[in-house]
Amino acid sequence: MIVLEKRPQPSRAWAIATPILAVLATMLFGGLLFAVLGKNPVEAILTIFYDPLLGPHAGYYRPQLLVKGAPLVLIAIGLSLGFKAGIWNIGAEGQYIVGAICGAGVALAFYPLEAWYIFPLMVLGGAFGGWVWAMIPALLKVRFGTNEILVSLMLVYVAEQLLASMSLGLLRNPQGLGFPGSRNLQQYESAHNAELFANTGMHWGVVAALLSVIFAYILLNQHMRGFHIRLTGDAPRAARFAGVRPARLILFCLGSGGALAGLAGMFEVAGPSGVVSIDFNVGYGFTAIIVAFLGRLHPVGVLLAGALLALTYIGGEIAQSNLGLPAAAIQVFQGMLLFFLLALDLLTNYRIRARQTGVA
Amino acid sequence: MNAPLLSLQGITKAYPGVVANDDVSFDIHNGQIHALLGENGAGKSTLVKMVYGLVQPDQGQMLLNGQRYAPPEPRAARTDGIAMVFQHFSLFEALSVAENITLGMENPPPMSDLARRIHEVSTAYGLPLDPSRIVGDLSAGERQRVEIIRCLLQDPALLIMDEPTSVLTPQEVEILFRTLRKLAAEGTAILYISHKLEEIRTLCDHATVLRLGKVVGECTPSETTAREMAELMVGREFGSPLGAGRTVGDVVLGIDGLSVRSPSAFGTSLKNVSLALCKGEIVGIGGVAGNGQDELLAALSGEILTPPDAIELLGQPIGHLRPGERRHLGLLSAPEERLGHAAAPDMTLTENAMLTGSVREGLTTAGFLKWRAAEGFARRIIEAFDVRTPGPDTVARALSGGNLQKFVIGREILQRPVVLVVNQPTWGVDAAAAAAIRQALLDLAAQGAAVICISQDLDELIEISDRFAALNEGRLSEPRDTAGLEIEEIGLMMGGAHGMEVAHV
Repeated sequence: MIVLEKRPQPSRAWAIATPILAVLATMLFGGLLFAVLGKNPVEAILTIFYDPLLGPHAGYYRPQLLVKGAPLVLIAIGLSLGFKAGIWNIGAEGQYIVGAICGAGVALAFYPLEAWYIFPLMVLGGAFGGWVWAMIPALLKVRFGTNEILVSLMLVYVAEQLLASMSLGLLRNPQGLGFPGSRNLQQYESAHNAELFANTGMHWGVVAALLSVIFAYILLNQHMRGFHIRLTGDAPRAARFAGVRPARLILFCLGSGGALAGLAGMFEVAGPSGVVSIDFNVGYGFTAIIVAFLGRLHPVGVLLAGALLALTYIGGEIAQSNLGLPAAAIQVFQGMLLFFLLALDLLTNYRIRARQTGVA
Repeated sequence: MNAPLLSLQGITKAYPGVVANDDVSFDIHNGQIHALLGENGAGKSTLVKMVYGLVQPDQGQMLLNGQRYAPPEPRAARTDGIAMVFQHFSLFEALSVAENITLGMENPPPMSDLARRIHEVSTAYGLPLDPSRIVGDLSAGERQRVEIIRCLLQDPALLIMDEPTSVLTPQEVEILFRTLRKLAAEGTAILYISHKLEEIRTLCDHATVLRLGKVVGECTPSETTAREMAELMVGREFGSPLGAGRTVGDVVLGIDGLSVRSPSAFGTSLKNVSLALCKGEIVGIGGVAGNGQDELLAALSGEILTPPDAIELLGQPIGHLRPGERRHLGLLSAPEERLGHAAAPDMTLTENAMLTGSVREGLTTAGFLKWRAAEGFARRIIEAFDVRTPGPDTVARALSGGNLQKFVIGREILQRPVVLVVNQPTWGVDAAAAAAIRQALLDLAAQGAAVICISQDLDELIEISDRFAALNEGRLSEPRDTAGLEIEEIGLMMGGAHGMEVAHV
């Protein structure tokens, strides 16, 4: 019989090794999946992991990595703060949408004025939108003890309806010939979140993502608030004993998570997407949950995980178009990654031992 | 004597890093009350878990009535007539007594029949219990009766009792002992686990002493002194703590009409608790577990807030202050539950030093953490209180109970408290560590701090406290000078037998 034995100390070696093992296991079983679907597994894995970085058209794909990775990292950093404290914000997708609507709303309110202060105001607007949307589950939890998982998730669908309403109504482009969708912010210079260097994919959202990683790292390791977040996650009673006020922590974690998700939405709508449209959101808010866990809720880990997930996104798209892999197969592949990571995570705290059942 | 009922032969069980039982052999006879004596961590629990089928031995064998006995699981042990009452009850508070008993039985009879059987067994053994009552409303002593009756309904040949008296008042203990003696007289063997020597001397026919997993001696308790047994158990002689001459000064902490609703559904609310605590004294607060101890500590630590005037520190109302602000003023505390309340299990000792030390030890500047200072503080605790650990980077849960407790108590004492409140400071701690902790509390009081020691260990309270009060259903008795206090009086302060009575048999 195989038994699990709790380690006296969490193993550092395994904490580093398990994400790598999880990626390898995903490659192996993903390859099997692709083989069953009748594709060459080696080619498929290479297409996903190699082509975007070093393949013949890598020059086109590499900037895409930053464009896809930045919102993932930005959102996942915010989520990881809450997850560390045991506060489960599942509704980043909704906060992302509302942040985008507010950010774009600020820009469109000034249109066609050109001024330096418009973009900073949009940044504030985006963060504020996401924050407000996250405050709904936060206040309901603090005041009435509702479950933040359920409320934040439900608010995603409300936000999607709001998005549809905005693209068809308030924010619709008056010169758009009746088509849904706002003016294209890429054509509005003061509001455009343009590439900082041509053809690199580097825009302000990437800068914000990197800054958020640094800030989160300092917060968690060097500041009392971050210490209280970790303490609450490890031992809620000890946290109250230490003097943590749970309500404040909930407001802080959900609020900052919402603000970062809102920022991500704002940078996206002002840059790569450009338009508030019905199909603006593509699931970054949900994928960021995977990113947060894949990065073990550690800021640097989240950064690496965001890069990896962006890679599978882009590689997955290439595989879809070049090899004809179904989109669902790519999603299963990403799901496998999270599955293996969580399963192997066990090895950090437990060791596996074989035991005889018979007794002498 | 006849052939033994159960014979243990060379039982060995090892866990990573520790041999819990090493070549343990002894016999238990029908009708015998057999004590298994040893410190915390001596291997008593592991041993009985093997007898009850929860754990399998690595080596050695057991014989039950001469037949090889190797229960793969507790169900097999129960079928073979072995029953066990655990230290921590496994009862559902929202269900009735009868329902709880049904849940623990292999082939429960119909409910109406069961109620009659419970009634029969409970009166026959002097354990009156109403089958229809809800367990959540029962006292700890009554809950233990539920567990015992559940065992007795299966007519066990051997009844194992793990530290049964830790939740009872002296009067309740007396009732339990009468029941056990009656059972033994009818031929049931009883394996009685305890580290309380006087109790074993009163009750048991035979004792096996374990130390560090080995059998270090057997004796007839009634013919052996408590001191001899203690030295056998600990393996060396040890002195009693010294209460250096203390002078009691002015009142530093005043609790006045403190009433607190318990935050948990089956907790006990505090009702009109008053106490004046003076500089340099130790007030011991006894009482059966679950009579408001946790709530009292939480109200003093600041985890539960009260009207400002209910608690005054040095004349200043503090009932509305949060834990950090109270620490700033010098009111420190150490809760009962080491892992998860006093310390965070997966955090290092440095981080755990930061947990309560940040305010008084100046471990932060403008909200930023000074880890080097925290590590220094952790090192000072480890050194001053002889905490056995590889270093401050070790996580709290890797420490043994005694070492972590020394760390937790040391952490508060080194912060120079004006008032220190501790709950169960030596619970589950080995004798050497317990003695060190008691001595530290005495020294602290001698230096002029005031100490409230909440404990369920009456011997401990009598040993270290100047005054004694008891919590009973959330009410605190009038404190009495400990000197000259009789155990009988203490029992009455703790609520006597909680309305439990012995059936006349």
